[in-house]
Amino acid sequence: MTAVTATGVGKTFTTKEGDVVALTDVTLTIAEGEFVSLIGPSGCGKSTLLRLIADLDQSSTGTLDVFGKTPARARLDQEYGIAFQQAGLLPWRTVAGNIALPLELHRMSKPARAARVAELAALVGLSDFVGRYPDQLSGGMQQRVAIARALAEQPRLLLMDEPFGALDEMTRERLQSELTRITSETGAAVVFVTHSIPEAVFLSDRVVVMSSRPGRITDIIDVPFDGRRDEALRESPEYFERVTAVREALHGTPVERANER
Amino acid sequence: MWQRVAAPVAVGVLMLGVWVLIVDVLHAAPRALPSPTAVINEFVLRIGIISEDAAITATNALLGLVAGALAAIVLAGLAANVRPVDGMLAPLVAAIAVVPIVALTPIFNSMFGASSQFGRQAVAAIAAFVPVFVNVLRGLRQTHPVHRDLLRASGAGGLQTFRVLTLPTALPYLMTGLRIAASVAVIAALVAEYFGGPADGIGTSIATYAKSGRAPLAFAYVIGAIAIGLTLFIVTSALERAVSRRKPV
Ligand SMILES: Nc1ncnc2c1ncn2[C@@H]1O[C@H](COP(=O)(O)OP(=O)(O)OP(=O)(O)O)[C@@H](O)[C@H]1O
Ligand SMILES: [Mg+2]
Repeated sequence: MTAVTATGVGKTFTTKEGDVVALTDVTLTIAEGEFVSLIGPSGCGKSTLLRLIADLDQSSTGTLDVFGKTPARARLDQEYGIAFQQAGLLPWRTVAGNIALPLELHRMSKPARAARVAELAALVGLSDFVGRYPDQLSGGMQQRVAIARALAEQPRLLLMDEPFGALDEMTRERLQSELTRITSETGAAVVFVTHSIPEAVFLSDRVVVMSSRPGRITDIIDVPFDGRRDEALRESPEYFERVTAVREALHGTPVERANER
Repeated sequence: MWQRVAAPVAVGVLMLGVWVLIVDVLHAAPRALPSPTAVINEFVLRIGIISEDAAITATNALLGLVAGALAAIVLAGLAANVRPVDGMLAPLVAAIAVVPIVALTPIFNSMFGASSQFGRQAVAAIAAFVPVFVNVLRGLRQTHPVHRDLLRASGAGGLQTFRVLTLPTALPYLMTGLRIAASVAVIAALVAEYFGGPADGIGTSIATYAKSGRAPLAFAYVIGAIAIGLTLFIVTSALERAVSRRKPV
């Protein structure tokens, strides 16, 4: 079975100033356990596509399947977990309370919930911080809480919209490594929106390159680094070769080398 | 930190000094302004009767505050969820906000009888209603889009969303409304006594003794009035602080 199947998906927003075509004719299949990044210029519809999959917005045209169900059904069945660019933690709840939120909403018993929260906190390396409030955490820690919360219901699909966008480079690379570890442990498929080419190449099995006005898919680039996503990969020539491939796809032409300019 | 305590205390001491200077040293004050020592003497001497009257005014204010706040919470909840209700209530609340409610006291007194405290309580309730309604309604509309998305993504129902998100978001706003309403209710309950009704309460006493030339006793009652207002203010401020401790992230 596939995690996500999109066929000719389009989205038009109706605003006072007229219609905004955010997305046209997106056809894409994401396999179970596959890590797919969406990359493209600002406004090309990456967030929109993610929100359509999550049933936070409804598509205007085409059909969209999540594990063979409608997005609405998949949402209600908790088939996916989601993390946004802003961590979106509830400030009046502790780290534990925030991670437990989905479990609480689905009426998991208190002891089971406590056990699961401890497990998730350990998974994202926050065991010592479960009693803290969000305003006592760094941005990177808040993002890890959000990821733990997204993983709470053991979803088969993880939707992430620039979750590391606001973080410094070092924190970012560390969380990337953590994310590869977590997804290989949980076996979840991931749709990951990013603006960073190296991040997309490091994390993904496939990088989906998008373009704007109207938002559409222009290229899909395979990244065959299965099982080798460690720090050594970041230094290797094949990694740089893939980075260049994505960059060229993004710009639409072969990119000049800096020393040739 | 010590400045926050020391500064107002210094202002208080300074004002007291000026007061003593004008009344006791320069003897330059009109008869209606008594010496602070005379006021304190009267206050200590009559503390029993002053507290009895204070209890009556405080009870009126508190009952009004509770009733007004409850009505405000219910109606704000309705207005936040049902558009037509919002449309109906908005002009009504605006009207209540601009009309000096205490002016209605004589009407209430003739409606419910001059020996009943009900008129005063009703005035306090209506006065307290407005700030609570306005703040709660605003608070109920402050939920963050990313939080709403999150709950929708978690498949939360309407009631769950209300309990987990809308209510906690609105709580600090409710407390702000209550803090403002507490002062307003005390003022309304007290001033309402100037417009007739039973011959008890702090406001009635202040009016009586000011008119009959017993200025020190009138001022002693003012101390009682300050005590009521201050107590309610401190309690509601503490509540407000307790619920808005956590900064949004
Ligand atoms: N609710 C909305 N109403 C109207 N237009 C919208 C709405 N949401 C998005 N759009 C428009 O749709 C287009 C795509 O937006 P989207 O947020 O998906 O872009 P994005 O690729 O995520 O951009 P970024 O990288 O800046 O986050 C933009 O032109 C945007 O203005
Ligand atoms: Mg976006």
